[in-house]
Amino acid sequence: MDFNDSQQEAAFRKEARDFLEANAEKRSIISDKPNDKSPQIAVAGAPETVKGGKEAAQEALERAKVWQKKKAEAGFAAILWPKEFGGYGGSPIQQVIYSQEEHDYLVPSGYFEIGIGMLGPTMMVWGKDEDKKRYLPKMITGEEIWCQLFSEPSAGSDLAGIKMKAEKDGDEWVLNGQKVWTSGAHFADYGMIVARSDPSALKHKGLTYFYLDMKTPGIEVRPIKQISGTSNFNEVFFNDVRIPDSQRLGGEGEGWKVALTTLMNERLAVGDPPGLDFDQIFEATKELEVEDGLAIKNSEVRQKMADWYVQSRGLQYTKFRSITALSKGQTPGPELSISKLVTASKMQDVSAYALELMDSAGMVHHDQNPVLKNLFQNGYFFSAAMRIAGGTDEVLRNIIAERVLGLPQDDRADKKVPFNELPSGKN
Amino acid sequence: MNFDFSDDQKLLRDQARKFLFDKCDRKSVRTILDDDQLHYHKELWSQISEMGWTGTAIPEEYGGLGLGMLELCVIAEELGRSLAPTPFSSSIYLFAEFIKNYGSEDQKKKFLPLIASGEKIGTFALSETNGTPKPSNVKTEYSSEKINGYKSPVSDGETADYLIIAANSDNKGNRNSLSLYIVDLHQDGVSKTSLETIDPTRPACSIKFENVKAELLGEQGMAWDMTENIFNRAAVLYSFEQVGGAQVSLDEAKKYSMERFAFGRQIGSFQALKHKMADMYVKIELARSNAYYGAWALSTDSNELPVAAAGARVSASDAFNYAAKENIQIHGGVGFTWDYDCHLFYRRSKLLSLNIGSTRQWKENLISNLEKRNIV
Repeated sequence: MDFNDSQQEAAFRKEARDFLEANAEKRSIISDKPNDKSPQIAVAGAPETVKGGKEAAQEALERAKVWQKKKAEAGFAAILWPKEFGGYGGSPIQQVIYSQEEHDYLVPSGYFEIGIGMLGPTMMVWGKDEDKKRYLPKMITGEEIWCQLFSEPSAGSDLAGIKMKAEKDGDEWVLNGQKVWTSGAHFADYGMIVARSDPSALKHKGLTYFYLDMKTPGIEVRPIKQISGTSNFNEVFFNDVRIPDSQRLGGEGEGWKVALTTLMNERLAVGDPPGLDFDQIFEATKELEVEDGLAIKNSEVRQKMADWYVQSRGLQYTKFRSITALSKGQTPGPELSISKLVTASKMQDVSAYALELMDSAGMVHHDQNPVLKNLFQNGYFFSAAMRIAGGTDEVLRNIIAERVLGLPQDDRADKKVPFNELPSGKN
Repeated sequence: MNFDFSDDQKLLRDQARKFLFDKCDRKSVRTILDDDQLHYHKELWSQISEMGWTGTAIPEEYGGLGLGMLELCVIAEELGRSLAPTPFSSSIYLFAEFIKNYGSEDQKKKFLPLIASGEKIGTFALSETNGTPKPSNVKTEYSSEKINGYKSPVSDGETADYLIIAANSDNKGNRNSLSLYIVDLHQDGVSKTSLETIDPTRPACSIKFENVKAELLGEQGMAWDMTENIFNRAAVLYSFEQVGGAQVSLDEAKKYSMERFAFGRQIGSFQALKHKMADMYVKIELARSNAYYGAWALSTDSNELPVAAAGARVSASDAFNYAAKENIQIHGGVGFTWDYDCHLFYRRSKLLSLNIGSTRQWKENLISNLEKRNIV
């Protein structure tokens, strides 16, 4: 056992580190930067929280695009993509190494990951050559941002329950319906969408997959204000949106299969964005006072801290196990499936406990908050979303139980029934 | 990065698993459970000794195989899976490690070959009263070359030939008053009383010492430091046993939930049970990864060991305790019968998490070692 890079890995790491050192700013455990840079909590498709209204958001987007262009020129924006589309043509272990290095720097995130990680690879598999040439290179450079239009008000955990209508009209399709939780739809240039083209077919059989320009007439994007007070997600309404059949990916009725390509390409979780974790609350307990002195000297606090430490490091070392498999050119085992499940709840528990330690000062969620710049207040809200986005805790437990442990599927009422005959409650 | 066991170590694991599957089935575990007079499985002990497992990490010059601590971790996991009723942890993780790390050349030559061959069994005794051991509640004394006092509980004490004991070498009652001594238990003045334990396949006794001869181990006044170090080393090995036991608890819960039908379905198709088993899986993977890190620190003599060992220990205790109790729950009524094996794991999980210090204590160790590391 060792933690050493191979020669090639070390060379790549140096390349990545040199680039980052020259172009980005190092991150500290608890940032003392103003609020628009400090919340160290972001997930793919949910850009860092930006306060200060539309202008500030626009500025942040421009900053992100400038960064992305630099990163693309250096070759690090799409390490796994083939060179012909502007990628690095690299290996998963190189992707991991770059993510590890970038983790230590304060760089924009949340704008390009869905395109590069999920939608681009889908186009590579299902798109026509001219589409690939036209769209993929600009996805990498950040000149064009993409969003993923999958979830609907009645298709969340049960994603295949999509109701968005796609009706064929000559060489065109007409889309009517609503998407929801669409990260980044408010700044995306293009989107990929799954819609129901045959409601009389079985649930998974009647879907078709398209890409579209977000400026197509009939599309309306409405941001959703979240409990954090910020808006990363949107509702997207489609009213007689007409798109040409040439924008279909895969065959009619093959939409679920194409959607699976997208979902399988969820980026390697080994490069998780920095979160609110043991290290942050450990620092906080050295500053905060409870009834018998510094929090870190209190026995109850220490017991809880130990639990979070072993969860936090347990996840880190689990990643090391997966990375080892990658480094040997093997496919990692299923162990990383636990990552988001553990991270989200841990963040929620850590945040809530930190607020407890602050006592009544924990109530304050204000830019001038003297205690740790609102880190834990932000985490308190963000973590509640994190336990739902990208697969709820419950769905993740089902996935572990069924796909990893091999337990039987639940009884399902929707198996042999045409989609339009399924019970759907009030909807 | 190579954060995994080597192919040779994996081969050793497969061989050990197969061997224990054949030779240490539940019936053999139960022979020890059901008979008060039997303290360990003698036949199994001599077989694993013959194969050299007891000497895995003991250098060849002292009669061992001269393999490393990683190999010992591999074996520990398999012993944990099979619930092996042997004094392996007391004799190998503790006694042998104390002698190997702190013994004089003469002591190594004298004791290690006997331990490596399995011919003799050793153990360690610190605790005298209820609650967290601390220097001030060690009353056993060493003076005029004799030990007087009382230790309880002493794991595998009935079986052991040798004992390493913490005793006061002066009467100041502080950390540096304590020294370690090696005691031959086959002598006048040693009286043992059997104690029933929560897991009779891992027995303990109390021992009274009246003018018992003993020899110093390591430096005088350093008992506490040496014990902390050996406990850290042993914690990693214990955590592998715990991960092994936890994994089998999950496997058996899963198997039962697929065989048992209720409401016209396999009970394993109910989300309430699936989620429980998913949670077991999560805890076990975290524990396994923490144990790997402990193994790395142990095998490289890293100064990360105190933190890594405590992390492995806390995580593994959590995983095994959870998996063992929820395994009973998933089995329903039969889960708390004597006939089903669930209670064997339930017993073992709690016993392992109390031996060499409670989870509470290891959490405290973890944070205090993190504080020390931060200062350095």
